[in-house]
Amino acid sequence: MSAEISTTRAMRRRSVLPGFGISIAITTLVMTAMVIIPLSVLALRAASLGPTEFLAAAWTPRARAAYAVSLGASVVAAAVSSVCGLLVAWVLVRIDFPGRRLLDSLVDVPLALPTAVAGLVYSTLYVERGWLGRFLVPLGIQGAYSWLGIVLVLVFVSLPFAIRVVQPVLESLDRDSEEAARMLGANRVQTFLKVIFPAIFPAVLTGFALALARALGEYGSVVFISGNMPFKTEIAPVLIVSRLEEFAYAEATAIAVVLLAMSISLLVVVNALQQRVARNAQ
Amino acid sequence: MPKPTITTANPLTERLLIAAAVGVIGLLIIVPLASVFAEAFAEGPAAWWRALAHDPDTRHAIWLSLTVAPLAVAINTIFGIATAWLVSRFRFPGRSLLITLCDVPFSVSPVVAGLALVLIFGRQGLLGPTLASLGWKVIFSWPGLVLATTFVTLPLVVRELIPVMEAIGPEEELAAVSLGASGWQVFTRVTLPNIRWALLHGVVLANARAMGEFGAVYVVSGHIAGLTDTMPLRVEKLFQEYRTPASMAVASVLAGLALVTLVAKFVIERQLEAEARELEAARSLPDTLAGSGTPPDAGPPTSTQASIP
Repeated sequence: MSAEISTTRAMRRRSVLPGFGISIAITTLVMTAMVIIPLSVLALRAASLGPTEFLAAAWTPRARAAYAVSLGASVVAAAVSSVCGLLVAWVLVRIDFPGRRLLDSLVDVPLALPTAVAGLVYSTLYVERGWLGRFLVPLGIQGAYSWLGIVLVLVFVSLPFAIRVVQPVLESLDRDSEEAARMLGANRVQTFLKVIFPAIFPAVLTGFALALARALGEYGSVVFISGNMPFKTEIAPVLIVSRLEEFAYAEATAIAVVLLAMSISLLVVVNALQQRVARNAQ
Repeated sequence: MPKPTITTANPLTERLLIAAAVGVIGLLIIVPLASVFAEAFAEGPAAWWRALAHDPDTRHAIWLSLTVAPLAVAINTIFGIATAWLVSRFRFPGRSLLITLCDVPFSVSPVVAGLALVLIFGRQGLLGPTLASLGWKVIFSWPGLVLATTFVTLPLVVRELIPVMEAIGPEEELAAVSLGASGWQVFTRVTLPNIRWALLHGVVLANARAMGEFGAVYVVSGHIAGLTDTMPLRVEKLFQEYRTPASMAVASVLAGLALVTLVAKFVIERQLEAEARELEAARSLPDTLAGSGTPPDAGPPTSTQASIP
């Protein structure tokens, strides 16, 4: 530790720019107080439970069902976001049409719109008398208070991530290899699958991972639309909150740690996958 | 801008693709956004105004949101500038760890973040007894709301600043120091003017997220009407009480704020693009003029940020 501090001092001396001391003080203070201490306390609290107690709290049938709903709905939503995101990014980058800039700006709405508003609006749209529900409910499609509803709002909140990651990569794509493929007789579908898609696949995968991470943690919008029925439409964050409201702190903490491990390990897996894809491409 | 080439799709395919993209955005974003305002004003502007201004709990929620969000944004601005300065101007052990840590709040569920705060500051938490004996309240009170909001918005300002500060490089600041400027002078006369649009961009995004945060705030607030309900929590409370029109009125204010945010974001992004072009032009100038001018040596660019909105 002290060796680290002395090297830090040495580095600082080498730079003539001011402000290292005060900046590192502010950064360390905020980072420690806001991120490191809270997450450590969470982990320590879960560790203090001991393995049997932890399992008893985190692995109840209701909790397992909640993980399954969370994971299932998030994976489906992230996949839908990735496909729709690729489509929208493609249109925004490759086709010029009136209203393109407006459409581009609208993509950011889910980042700026509070998730509670999204949840409220989606649930009123898809109920039987809602704008969309009046057409869908007679067909047997229940968009509100159902698993489908969870997926719908998760697609809403995660869509910008899927689009904004793919868009710059599509923009910087070299058109020459595409044209070469077409000249050599490949049709459009072949060109897309063999030339374009491999080039943008890492970006699509990154978008999927970010969408998934966002969807797994989402609470505000889901709580409005899911109906929150245990074993059916209860996601893990909702279960954490209901345990907290019963003052069952140990159980809430255990479930939170599982959720945290889930999102972090998923990100690690997809990161590794992505590096492999990048290596193959070279 | 798409140029006509051999790879340009035929007009019919293009039209179908545009229709599909507009369909996706329309169904997922435009229809819900339009319906917020339609539902909020369904009974006329007078009813809308009554729902907002004549309900003391709603009034308090608006006031509380307008207090908590700026506090969280202020903490994030100071943290963002300090951290971006460190990362872009100094090399020190733990630098890449710091960059990773900045993104952690993005991958933590807001509910989990709120729970962590309860475990520290709650009545049965680590500091609970100490706080109680001092008579301070963090959980179920506004300091908890500020902490929770700060956590979820922590990456937003710093993420905007790091790439911009790295692109600008330290030359102007080094020149200012060599001419005898103090640290504060360097910051206010050189750094701040250079990063102002990026900073504003981050602040606008952080503010939007702060005003709309639900999960983390829900856990720490205890949602006491007229005391610890922020606007998004008020939306939920009214909805639970089957007062959907009033809930929609509050939601429409938040949606209006989101639209203002997007317009501001659009304007700021144009300024940022213009400045990036200017910077590029300035960089290429010495080479084209003399041919002997050495490009400013800022060291290898260390772009560590993925391009995420």
